[in-house]
Amino acid sequence: MPIPCSSCEKKLAVLKRPKTGHSLCKDCFFWAFEEETHQTITSAKLFHQGETVGIGASGGKDSTVLAHVLKVLNERYHYGLNLILLSVDEGITGYRDDSLETVKRNQQQYDLPLKIVSYEELYGWTMDQIVKKVGLKNNCTFCGVFRRQALDRGAMMLRVDKVCTGHNADDIAETVLMNFLRGDIARLRRCTAITTGSEGAIPRCKPLKYAYEKEIVLYAYFKKLDYFSTECVYSPNAYRGYARAFLKDLESIRPSAIMAVIHSGENLSVKEDVKMPVQGTCGRCGYISSQGLCKACVLLEGLNRGLPKLGIGKHHKLHSRLLRDQPLTEREEKKLKSVDF
Amino acid sequence: LNTVYGLHLGYFTGGAELLFNGTKEQHVKLPSQSEQWDVRQLLVWIKTNLLKERPELFIQGDTVRPGILVLINEADWELMGQLDYKLEDRDNIVFISTLHGG
Repeated sequence: MPIPCSSCEKKLAVLKRPKTGHSLCKDCFFWAFEEETHQTITSAKLFHQGETVGIGASGGKDSTVLAHVLKVLNERYHYGLNLILLSVDEGITGYRDDSLETVKRNQQQYDLPLKIVSYEELYGWTMDQIVKKVGLKNNCTFCGVFRRQALDRGAMMLRVDKVCTGHNADDIAETVLMNFLRGDIARLRRCTAITTGSEGAIPRCKPLKYAYEKEIVLYAYFKKLDYFSTECVYSPNAYRGYARAFLKDLESIRPSAIMAVIHSGENLSVKEDVKMPVQGTCGRCGYISSQGLCKACVLLEGLNRGLPKLGIGKHHKLHSRLLRDQPLTEREEKKLKSVDF
Repeated sequence: LNTVYGLHLGYFTGGAELLFNGTKEQHVKLPSQSEQWDVRQLLVWIKTNLLKERPELFIQGDTVRPGILVLINEADWELMGQLDYKLEDRDNIVFISTLHGG
């Protein structure tokens, strides 16, 4: 039976909030969702008056909701932000071309400028071409590394002060688990930060960090936002899939599990004597890197030399020779050439 | 009391519609039975009659796979008794599959 909204007590509730257990009607839910995002933004001081902020826009539910809510809050609370949609075209036929159409409609709907940067213009390779070379096993590594840089390079072209992304609470909880299960202490420590990369790189922030995926989906659904929702044609990403399924199972028994995992991640302290990578810059492109060459340059070098495995796994010893454009030995090349499809 | 139920089913986002042969919505008629249909029985009926492939992506045990949101007449099924909700003629049931990324 429909029950009344626990906030206004007038209209019928449309959802049970996973975070609080409250039952809210549409209007009270919209208000609560927007106000909580505002709280997150103000308490972490994510933005300052007059800043230009790039919104990483994929056309998916999270970034569409982020763009919509930032637009609403910017007007409601006079943030004084200059908002720009920033999209990356990975060059994936049947997926990104369709989702970019959604972003172009969002641009009209929200009346925000849009900049699209493509892998093809930045790296000379589309994901479709990369998959032909590397197969379907490591393609997500290429895509993830390239996308991160592409967003930064697009942000630099636009001279934005900050980039924000639509990562939600479920995403962050998944990442905490994945880093924990991989023993990746460096990432485990920084993956819950609401803002990252303030030294040198353009700062990134996640205003929806505490927003449950369920609420994002229902916000988009009830607001009838125009978003794109097809799984990437290349996407298995099995490791994240397991973490995700595990968390969803937990959430169905105890919704607060998501917040609890984030909380654990935030409050974890790393032992003094744990070796942490030292952040430097890439010797070729100048991007932040803990090695001589950044991951994107190594992957790209591998593609261009016809050695697609170069960037997969650890081959740090080769970096100095790659930097000096020196050839590799036949044996080294042989190891890096073979690709298991 | 043998009522025949006409239901409107919707499948949204994240490829949920792909499990149903690309159908985004459809009207279905449930066969009459002596007791009132509930959502638990509806899921079994959907699994037998509508799901063509990979039912495990939709059903887990006797309920929907965690991460799939269910709306009954535009309200979260968690407010409506979930599996125990008794269906009425012309109810509108929407399944929204969420997925990572975008």
